[in-house]
Amino acid sequence: MGRWMKISGILVALAVLAACAPPTPPAPTATPMAPAQPQPSPTAAASPAPAVKTIVLGFTASQTGKLTKESKEQVQGLQLWLEDLKRAGGIRLPDGTTIQVELKFYDDESTKERVQQLYVKLITEDKADFLISPYSSGLADAAAVIAEQYGKLMITTGAASDSTYEKGYQHIFQIYTPSSRYLTGAIDFLKKMDPNAKRIAIVYENEKFSTDVVKAAKPYAESQGFEVVLFEGYETGTTDFGPFINKIVAANPDAIIGGGHFQDGSTLAKQLFEKKVPVKMIALLVAPAVPEFAQLGDAAVGVIGPSQWEPGAKYSPDTARAAGLPWYGPTVEEFVKAYKDKYGYEPGYHAAGGYAAGLVLQKAIEDAGSIETAKVKAALEKMDIMTFYGRIKFDTEKAHGKQIGHEMVYLQWQKDASGNLVRPIVWPEAAQAAKPLYPLSR
Amino acid sequence: MDFRVLLASLIDGLMLGFVYGLAAMGLTLIWGVMRVINLAHGPIIALGMFGVYLLFIHGGVNPYLGLLIVAFLGLLFGILIYALAVHRVLTAPHLSTLLATFSVNMMIIGVGTALFTTTPRNIDISLGRLVFGPVVLLGTRLVAVLAAVFITAALYLFLYRTTLGKMVRAVASNRAAAELMGIPSSRVLALSFGLGTMLAAAAGGLIATFFPFTILSGGTYELKSFVICVLGGLGNPTGALVGGLILGALEGLIPTFMPVSYVPVIEFLLFVLLLLLRPQGLFGER
Repeated sequence: MGRWMKISGILVALAVLAACAPPTPPAPTATPMAPAQPQPSPTAAASPAPAVKTIVLGFTASQTGKLTKESKEQVQGLQLWLEDLKRAGGIRLPDGTTIQVELKFYDDESTKERVQQLYVKLITEDKADFLISPYSSGLADAAAVIAEQYGKLMITTGAASDSTYEKGYQHIFQIYTPSSRYLTGAIDFLKKMDPNAKRIAIVYENEKFSTDVVKAAKPYAESQGFEVVLFEGYETGTTDFGPFINKIVAANPDAIIGGGHFQDGSTLAKQLFEKKVPVKMIALLVAPAVPEFAQLGDAAVGVIGPSQWEPGAKYSPDTARAAGLPWYGPTVEEFVKAYKDKYGYEPGYHAAGGYAAGLVLQKAIEDAGSIETAKVKAALEKMDIMTFYGRIKFDTEKAHGKQIGHEMVYLQWQKDASGNLVRPIVWPEAAQAAKPLYPLSR
Repeated sequence: MDFRVLLASLIDGLMLGFVYGLAAMGLTLIWGVMRVINLAHGPIIALGMFGVYLLFIHGGVNPYLGLLIVAFLGLLFGILIYALAVHRVLTAPHLSTLLATFSVNMMIIGVGTALFTTTPRNIDISLGRLVFGPVVLLGTRLVAVLAAVFITAALYLFLYRTTLGKMVRAVASNRAAAELMGIPSSRVLALSFGLGTMLAAAAGGLIATFFPFTILSGGTYELKSFVICVLGGLGNPTGALVGGLILGALEGLIPTFMPVSYVPVIEFLLFVLLLLLRPQGLFGER
């Protein structure tokens, strides 16, 4: 009996404590919605009662776990977009309605399980009208299942994997260039620079992303008339590429493409340089796009890497006009400056992807003249625009929603006049910021 | 398979083998003298890497000069570990010394991860290269080979030509008898543990001059050290060096015949076979 008394006593005490505790604050949301400012614009003044609607844009951010850094950049990009949108007074529809956007997000702890729970919550409890994906292919794929089930439109960003769009989903639209096209540009580059180059060695990290990339790059290289003289994976965490490099040398390739992530990619680049492997081009995934790659010094020079976007990208209203596409949103310079002013450093492609996701949704709502899912979806399917982030156009056939307009840019580490390492864009030609270094002098 | 590729791969592997052997010697020495398997071997290798790195990056100390400092610090650190964690459990069953050194292992990794994170580091140093036909010898590796040979020679001179070294061997062969002869066995054991960690730290410092590393990198070399010690016979320093060369050669040659991923499979298959067929190792005495 005594024990029960004790337990119930504790329970009562807990209940009292709970009652005294301050109400748990709601999950973190973006800066609280500014009250809809009355628009002093003449059109607003003309219409008797300008309707203002607020829509909820839901997503999860990886505030804890292994993806925090990239996710933070992406969310910062999205928040900058919202700020710009507010400054412009929201999205104006043809019928005079103004749409204000409220961001609603939770921490997904970088795990798929949390992502799925939270997207259900965003849709059912927070009544999100539209969704943005979390960062990374894996999490975005987990969120896509939920968005599709509930018939909500989701713009994915920070997610390059192709497979999400090959499952027959109708409501998922991708901002990033899919991974199958990560290295195809490097092959185009090689073909353009040197019609005599015929032999390619493909070496890659044995894990999903890198394998996906090279499995698409290999048939592409062959279709372009190249011979793949070596196609082999190495373990994640390899530090000694010595035996591998001897194998590469024996295969006598003109170019080496592949790699994986930062650590293995930079080590491979370093050891290729040390052994003076006589190839004309080296293009590696991920590592060259990371600023720390510069620590390799001379070993970095000439190495090419794909990137979704770079601050030096050459997209502009002029290039849009030349391509016969409508331009939308800020210029590259405006975006870079605004981001730098707000956060104190240059944006990378994660941040640009976050901003672009908001921008694309904004454009689709504008084009649709409505916030109805079906109409916005139709607008997305029709979309073919140029932005600071590049071209945006979605596949509407088999791989519905897959990005087919956006191109990777390829940067190459070079030494500038004063001997500092820089990484200008060298491909595609329209975006070229410096003359490519070809062939490598090794 | 092209003969020239084989030759280049074999020489690359052998050169690494010297450094592997040096690391394994540290492990085997401690086992030989006091029958302790030092599970903190890997993290000490990693600390050796960071020691040379930090001296180079923050103090501008030449990595090879830094190596001397790191080796000395490794000696002191080993004596400290012996005094704090090993001495009291030395006569207890093997599990106690395993757990004690494993705890040291976890502490080093924990503190190291907090201080240095697991971002890979690099020592950017180049000593040029020598080219003989298909064989490219990198300066840094050549120096590492010379350093490994030099340290091994010094260890032998110490063990066989100095009084202190003879004391170490006496304690190793019979601690009680050594005590009776007036040898301060505890101090000799502490010194031997220190020598073992010194070898590990020096090997780490050499590896850091050619491979990138994190605080967790020692684990790979610790595993290699185990394989090497079993190959060469636990407690036998020469065996460790030869074992290192065999392992290095295998690592160089296997990938020329099959995908690189098979290297650990073959290595550990060999390990198991050796344990089954010749548990005393190729050069073991028992």
